Amino acid sequence: MTQGQLEIQAIAVLAAVACALVGTFLVLRRQSLLSDAIGHSVLVGIAVAFLVTGTTTSPLLLVGAALTGVVTVALVQVVTGTRLVKEDAAIGLVFPALFSLGVIIVSRYADGVHLDTDAVLLGELAFAPFDRLEAWGWDFGPASLLVMGFVLVLDAAVIAILWKELKLSTFDPALALALGFAPVVLQYVLMTIVSVTAVGAFNAVGSILVVALMIAPPAAAYLLTDGLGRLVVLACAIGAASALAGYWLAFALDASIAGCIAACCGAAFALAWTLAPGRGLVAAARRRARQRLEFAQTMLAIHLANHEGRPEAAVESRVAHLGEHLRWDGDFASRVVRGAERRGLVVRNAEALALTERGRALAEEAVTG
Amino acid sequence: MTALFLVDDYTLRTVALGAVALGIVSGALGTFAVLRGQALLGDAISHAALPGVVLAYVLLGTKASLGLMIGAALTGFAATLVVSAVVRTTRVKDDAALGIALSVFFGIGLVLLTWVQRRPDASQAGLDRFLFGQAATVLRDDVETIAIVGALALVVVALLWKQLKLLAFDPEFGASLGLRMRATELALTALLVVAIVIGLQMVGAVLMSAMIVAPAAAARQWTNRLGVMTIVAAGVGALAGATGAVASSQVERLPTGPSIVLVATALVAVSFLFAPRGLALRAWRARRARSQLGTHVVLADLAALEQAHGGPGRAHPAATIAVMVEADATAALVALERDGLVLRDPEGNWALTDRGRSEVLRR
Repeated sequence: MTQGQLEIQAIAVLAAVACALVGTFLVLRRQSLLSDAIGHSVLVGIAVAFLVTGTTTSPLLLVGAALTGVVTVALVQVVTGTRLVKEDAAIGLVFPALFSLGVIIVSRYADGVHLDTDAVLLGELAFAPFDRLEAWGWDFGPASLLVMGFVLVLDAAVIAILWKELKLSTFDPALALALGFAPVVLQYVLMTIVSVTAVGAFNAVGSILVVALMIAPPAAAYLLTDGLGRLVVLACAIGAASALAGYWLAFALDASIAGCIAACCGAAFALAWTLAPGRGLVAAARRRARQRLEFAQTMLAIHLANHEGRPEAAVESRVAHLGEHLRWDGDFASRVVRGAERRGLVVRNAEALALTERGRALAEEAVTG
Repeated sequence: MTALFLVDDYTLRTVALGAVALGIVSGALGTFAVLRGQALLGDAISHAALPGVVLAYVLLGTKASLGLMIGAALTGFAATLVVSAVVRTTRVKDDAALGIALSVFFGIGLVLLTWVQRRPDASQAGLDRFLFGQAATVLRDDVETIAIVGALALVVVALLWKQLKLLAFDPEFGASLGLRMRATELALTALLVVAIVIGLQMVGAVLMSAMIVAPAAAARQWTNRLGVMTIVAAGVGALAGATGAVASSQVERLPTGPSIVLVATALVAVSFLFAPRGLALRAWRARRARSQLGTHVVLADLAALEQAHGGPGRAHPAATIAVMVEADATAALVALERDGLVLRDPEGNWALTDRGRSEVLRR
């Protein structure tokens, strides 16, 4: 690995962890799409800051973009507050308007400078190592790495300090308000760090990837675990793993790093979705199959109990007869019988089935409740 | 002069016609998306269209807009299925499901796009106009495609009108009538996908969602009827499309997509302020209700005063009334005098008229 490759991976991992940290709260508070809105509208903040400072490297660009993020959230709340449209429509009105303003400013006043809308949306991680911070004859490393490191420390500090408050206002906003936790202030603090994170990360990875990194890893973690602490840690780990996997996928395909990382975030979510213990699709399908089998075994016990000790019992208790009476196909019937034998509900004597004491009790309980 | 110039300019006419057609279709279908609380589904669809565009180009080897639109529609529709499957089978909520679908599909599209762009032939150039939209590259053929596909979508809306209406307001009732609400929902999603993909190359993936939300949000403020709202939304979309396209052609370096979106946003702002449901009328009504409440109180207090002190016709100073209502009552008294409910005697004291007395009893 060259130094450049190491640096790109370090930037990607820092961005992924920072995004997952704040993204966990967005997902839990059902405000995931504010990341999309902020990710797009920061363009206007960057454009205005560029107009003021005339450069694309000034730290003021970060400040401008972060302010725009907060303004975006405030505008969404103002529009929602009129009760003329719902919150999702308010988001859908605010960010395209701000993004349009940004595009117009860029194309009118910043044409030809390195500030194109592609770069904002898509990011270009591959070039990040070339933009270095050098001062007093020292090379401090890629600017994006330093920015992301700073953002990550800021996020971690704010979340650690406000852990209890954020936790309560996320899970029980009414109680938080009653206890005097000022949910509105917390909301704006959270949105400020979301904006700062989005701005820091989009510089390296583009705003669409910011959405993927903020939402998919926490959502995947949410399917795997409970408890806010474990959720945050797992989300960060999934984000970091997706970032590394995405980098090497991009390397192998010679394709966009940001796109590959987003695809890996999606793959991580898809894995959690299908394989999560207890909640995943596979676990749910197996649970359903088991329930179906258990239900069928109960049916078998009831059937046998009904005919027990009667003249027709010799016919009704034959395995081959079950298909006719209970409308089970042969394969399913033999699986039910095997399972019932294993649970000690019936004993099998050649082709004839007989209830055990346990089987009789089960049938009794199922019928009488 | 300018108008003549506009009609003569072939490129502008093409772009403006396309923008108008697009605005009509996205406005009409946006109505249903906004009413059903799915305003941001359009955002997911438009981003998810990217991989479909690239795949269609690779598989069909064409850049004709119909082929690319079909590809875009397929992946856009697939994204909506993913969103609804995630919401149905997990505890992840719809906002996160939408965010995942839009960013992951877009990411995959980006991977495909960069992969295609590294192939030796340069014929793929221009695919990325689907990202940001480039109205200037829209040709007459493209406009015809937009108009025909959009008209078909509107015909389907008209045919399914009853079902769509029930879906928007009371799907359970619709299902109880024996109408297939799930199928209607899929049909509506498919129509929304169509409305979005025909606009992609004009305004781009990022801004297309605004064309779904803004006209419908504006139209909602003018009416409570679905039919009227759909037509008004289509009109707002058309107006935004035409104005935005013309403005961008008249002003140098004013990109078409953002210009259309800003006009649409301005129309939303005007509607929010001045429409019948809007803020201005609401504020005026609130003020009138407050002042009416004030006059009611003053009238009742005058009646109480005359019963307690001196019987009917006895006048009382404004200061006494002010003490009773705990506020300056002069404005309310003047308003009541204008309505003939109270009278001021030469000393400046106030008394109920007969009409005022019966008004108090009536209330």
